[in-house]
Amino acid sequence: MSTEADTRTVFGFWVYLMTDCLLFASLFATYAVLHNNIWNGPSSREIFDLPFVLTETLILLTSSFTSGLAMLSAHRGSKSRSLFWFAITFLLGAAFVTMELREFSHLVHEGYSWTRSGFLSSFFTLVATHGLHISVGLLWMLVMMVQISSRGFKSIIMRRLVCLSLFWHFLDVVWIFIFTIVYLMGAA
Amino acid sequence: MMLLSGVIAMGYLFYTKRWKWLWDEWLTTLDPKKIGVMYLLMVFLMLLKGVIDGALMRAQQIVSVGDAHGIFSADHFQQVFTAHGTTMIFFVGMGIVFGLMNLIIPLQIGARDVAYPFLNSLGFWLFFAAIMLLNVSLAIGDFSIAGWVGYAPLSGLEFGPGEGIDYWIWTLQIAGVGSLISGINFIVTILKMRCPGMTMMKMPMFVWSVLATLVLIIFAFPILTATLSLLALDRYMDMHFFTSSFGGDQMMYVNLFWAWGHPEVYILVLPAFGIFSEVVATYSRKKLFGYTSMVWAIVAITVLSFLVWLHHFFTMGADANVNAFFGIMTMLIAVPTGVKVFNWLFTMHQGRILFATPMLWFMGFIAVFTIGGMTGVLMAVPAIDFQVHNSLFLVAHFHSVIIGGVVFGFFAGFTYWFPKFTGIKLDEKLGKYAFVCWFIGFMAAFLPLYALGLMGATRRLDHYEASTGWQPLFIVAGFGVFLILCGIGFQVLQLIKSIKQKDRDTTGDPWNGRTLEWSTTSPPPLYNFARLPKVTELDEFWVMKQTPVKHKEEVHHFEMPKNSAAGLIISAFSFIFSFAMVWHIFWLAGVGLLGVIISLIIRLSNDDFEYELEVKG
Repeated sequence: MSTEADTRTVFGFWVYLMTDCLLFASLFATYAVLHNNIWNGPSSREIFDLPFVLTETLILLTSSFTSGLAMLSAHRGSKSRSLFWFAITFLLGAAFVTMELREFSHLVHEGYSWTRSGFLSSFFTLVATHGLHISVGLLWMLVMMVQISSRGFKSIIMRRLVCLSLFWHFLDVVWIFIFTIVYLMGAA
Repeated sequence: MMLLSGVIAMGYLFYTKRWKWLWDEWLTTLDPKKIGVMYLLMVFLMLLKGVIDGALMRAQQIVSVGDAHGIFSADHFQQVFTAHGTTMIFFVGMGIVFGLMNLIIPLQIGARDVAYPFLNSLGFWLFFAAIMLLNVSLAIGDFSIAGWVGYAPLSGLEFGPGEGIDYWIWTLQIAGVGSLISGINFIVTILKMRCPGMTMMKMPMFVWSVLATLVLIIFAFPILTATLSLLALDRYMDMHFFTSSFGGDQMMYVNLFWAWGHPEVYILVLPAFGIFSEVVATYSRKKLFGYTSMVWAIVAITVLSFLVWLHHFFTMGADANVNAFFGIMTMLIAVPTGVKVFNWLFTMHQGRILFATPMLWFMGFIAVFTIGGMTGVLMAVPAIDFQVHNSLFLVAHFHSVIIGGVVFGFFAGFTYWFPKFTGIKLDEKLGKYAFVCWFIGFMAAFLPLYALGLMGATRRLDHYEASTGWQPLFIVAGFGVFLILCGIGFQVLQLIKSIKQKDRDTTGDPWNGRTLEWSTTSPPPLYNFARLPKVTELDEFWVMKQTPVKHKEEVHHFEMPKNSAAGLIISAFSFIFSFAMVWHIFWLAGVGLLGVIISLIIRLSNDDFEYELEVKG
């Protein structure tokens, strides 16, 4: 496999990430328009639990760090170490998704579901779209872990890993925006 | 009808035992030239369907006057115009764009293949799945009544219950994702796979116009995906994005829709600009006048096209200053477009012009497109727009630019490049007949609509009073549609006759072309070029012909992709998923989604998807 194909794939993946970025941008814009339309339901100030979301954020940031460690080990060709760090990353990602689902179920339980108001619709959609991306990333990570253990670090596997780690870091950046714009600015 | 033709096609395939041929040569192919041909085949079928939808609408408007109520109920009429718009924009317009990209771009940039052959086939098959979903709605259930733009809250659950709007949502969603995937593939192809020496400013004009188109696709289509998802969430999960209560905001839908929709207009027309640039230069036997200004004009149009979306709804009630800003931006687009028109005319100036069919389409385009452009600038003035908003004047305007630009451009390109991808030249005489019918037919069909619009006839009109005095003009318009149908008839005859006659192009360069696609054989081999060309100049092939260089024959090694059915399979599962979603059969939707995920994982885990080829040349 030539390196030309590698750069081509990574470049194309960047382009894809930019389209995904625009998808999120549309959802952010929607949230910005609707976040005051609470229709006698709760406002953002009343429902966000900042310490809980901060914990989520720290978990996700740590997972980005560990995925970086996994990539470093992969570049060195160390299979067991790379698998170990990917497993840690996976667990952190899964913990993040679990916490997000807990937050959602808590809100629904309180009677603040997505059907309550335009604000809650846009909140659930934006945050859940990110969560869905994380879940796809987790599935991808599982598949890659199987591929690493059965096929080693061939160049095509490395190419896929580079894309996966780009994806993971990208989702981290999106979450920083969600944390700032939705949670911090919403609770202020 | 559909079922019958399907059965006949299947019977023919069984009878001639061509299943294997179909499977190996077409259904699983990753060759962009074949994928391009399949796109164009679908374009022709959908164009026929779309024109017939349009003809039915005119027929209704001719007879539904006063006490008579025409051939359709109001509800059925709404489905017909929704289907007409959806078909023409998503399957004819986008099909033309991607079909020609597949056929021509790799050849023009001197590449053997596209960047991601599998994604390319996936993009096509998703396009195909969307077409199937649209056509299934003809047989099972109703189609949307909310117009091709599907404005909320009419497209919401409260005012638009039933499966029609769901059909529309999922058709567009699949087609949109397919376009996005193909867009990523081609932008990487153009940016990363040009042959040695072809710098950006040495790319043929068609490549430039497609590159700009792709930038628009990549920026615009994610917005469509998001918007349709939000509408779907409103309908399926009882959310409140665009509802009229619970804090939804319908104007947000209109804004989001046109933030995609206006760039989409340029996605359709920019490739046509590229085609005309190639055609005019070739048939005037001159190099294109003002290449650099052409490039900058395209770039300017690309940027401006994102700054004008609000002109689709000046009447929304935005601040006067907001309307003024968008009005001025809209008028500004006329400047780079005018630059292009003058550059084409100057290219013809003092050229030895060959009046072949593509040149006729070009001159028809200049006439029709200029009318459309001028009425467009007129409507960019918000005060005037308030008068003609939602009237047939608007309909006449955008048909002038879309038929005059996109469709005429496509016919010019189709005639021009047909020998390249089939090896057969199209019959000139029948082509000219077709042009005359289309051109006069267009004028007769749409000029009356300008007048009707000014007289107050609204678009999507299914009935009016005789005292309005509109009927004669509608009859003229209907006659125009009939002439257009005659034009299509001549085109079908032209195809049949040309294929039978086999006027072969043995040179690979029947028009004395200027760009690299003419330097290889017609039709090109699977790998396009045995030896990748080296480019030193703009219009490299023209230069090569002036100073021929003999190359020593060598053996070239390179990798080509193996055939793959994955694109077809994933799209089939997508179809199952979306059909099940339309009818709320959630277990089946789950099966479809799972099928998509599993087949994607299998395909993307595959390490052995290329084979090595050895060619002398």
